[in-house]
Amino acid sequence: MDLFLNRLFDGFTLGAIYAVVALSLVLIFKATTLINFATGELAALGGYLTFVFWDHWLPIWIAIFCSMALLAVLGGVVERVLIRPFDPSDHLPVVLITLGLAYVILASDQAIFGNQPRGAPSPFPVGPEDYISIGGARLFYYTIGIVATLAVMVGVLFLILNRTKVGLAFRAVSSNVEAARLVGIRTGRTLQFGWAISAAFGALGASLVMSRTNLVPTYMGQLLVFSFAAAALGGLDSLGGALVGGLIVGQVQAVGIGYLQGVPGFAWVQPLSLTFAFLIILIVLLVKPAGLFGTRRVARV
Amino acid sequence: MSIVDEDTAPDGAVSGKITLDVSGLEASYGPVEVLRGIDFQVPEGQVVVILGANGAGKTTILRALCGGLAYFKPKGRVLFDGKDITTTDTAEIVRMGMAHVPQGRGTFPELSVDDNMLAGAYTRKDPENLRGDMETYYELFPVLGERRRQHAGSLSGGEQQMLAVARALMSNPRLMLLDEPSLGLAPLVIQSLFRTFADLNRDHHTTMLLVEQNANLALDISSYGYVLEAGTIVLEGTSEELRADPAVQEAYLGA
Repeated sequence: MDLFLNRLFDGFTLGAIYAVVALSLVLIFKATTLINFATGELAALGGYLTFVFWDHWLPIWIAIFCSMALLAVLGGVVERVLIRPFDPSDHLPVVLITLGLAYVILASDQAIFGNQPRGAPSPFPVGPEDYISIGGARLFYYTIGIVATLAVMVGVLFLILNRTKVGLAFRAVSSNVEAARLVGIRTGRTLQFGWAISAAFGALGASLVMSRTNLVPTYMGQLLVFSFAAAALGGLDSLGGALVGGLIVGQVQAVGIGYLQGVPGFAWVQPLSLTFAFLIILIVLLVKPAGLFGTRRVARV
Repeated sequence: MSIVDEDTAPDGAVSGKITLDVSGLEASYGPVEVLRGIDFQVPEGQVVVILGANGAGKTTILRALCGGLAYFKPKGRVLFDGKDITTTDTAEIVRMGMAHVPQGRGTFPELSVDDNMLAGAYTRKDPENLRGDMETYYELFPVLGERRRQHAGSLSGGEQQMLAVARALMSNPRLMLLDEPSLGLAPLVIQSLFRTFADLNRDHHTTMLLVEQNANLALDISSYGYVLEAGTIVLEGTSEELRADPAVQEAYLGA
């Protein structure tokens, strides 16, 4: 039982991180039907920035906040300079652009920080004794902290989207961009806002997880696969779906694979977490492409 | 039978100002020439109608007025309250006071009716009045008030059309562009909707440019009209004159 609970808690930790990055993906997809392939690398940049700020004497939460702010600005710049000049109905140029951006950031990180993994700080206590005992299992403060942070960020996002004018504009653009122009919404600026929030979320996820995974230029790119599986599972245009999807993928990885590898003959399963994430994506696309909560594409005649 | 009787018929010129002045408007989608040089005017406080069959170019005119650059390179000149908006961006034109109710409703299907209305008021700078105005329009269209928390996509065609009109009104427009508002609606709904247009024009002096195939009702509520065929204006006159014209009767009034 305690083994199960440990795995369950671990699933929440992973799930929350996947959800934060999945939200980053979904925010952009919802508004533009574009996949931002640079999501992982932008997030990693945020993680490195947090590390650099912390390394220069800033308290960890201030460092995270500054990193999120800088990434928000960068997200806005990316939309204005790299995305807006292109015809929104033709996805191919933008796919190539975001892939190119990913490589540029990756190469820059490698050049500046090197490929050696380095240990990174955590905003929550991560000592071996920093847990609460529940049912014989250990619920680490780290887990509680990450889930709480996710809850706060989701709350903030909800308030922004539903109680502010720019949030209304964002939802309007996501719903019907033509009609949005006809009510006087400046769609370019609204999308810029979406990209900024998306980048900030990525930076947050990267900053929260770096103590666990260690900082290495590719660390968020790999995580992106899990977050993409989570977003696809939940529905690429559903923010709530990103949360649920993140949770499920996290639990599948922690509990599902955790147990499976204990079954005789199945020890080979552990390194295949990534494969299972890809499998989830594949199954979702084959069986229910809209995901659990996404809207099916209905052609408007 | 006219839905507008003598007491409620639109009156003559209100102020003499021309809200919309279009001259020499040309538009092509690639090699296909859709508008071949159009001139028309909408005086302030009037309802003007452009009649035409499918493919005549009616929707293209409205798109050209509302920021055609998104679709094509319009040529000619469009003056809105005297200002040249021929190449102005859509959102800016809307901020200047033009409201466009497009064909196909143009609502935000995932948003609630309330949020659609709030979105319509996006360009306004007086947030304290928004709720009051919403209630006014909910009284004008009671069925919208009943469904204010529903997703706009779950409304019927007629209800979505009403929502699109109410949403356009929320911006306190100087000019309303209506693109075939009768399309796809049941006859009773169309009657009620057009009666509302007549009321708005009579009571609030809302200036309207109406583009329609349904000539009967359109001529009822308008004071002046143009007939569009294959990209050119072939006839214009007061609504009475058009109604009496045998060619119009044959082509658009089923005489």
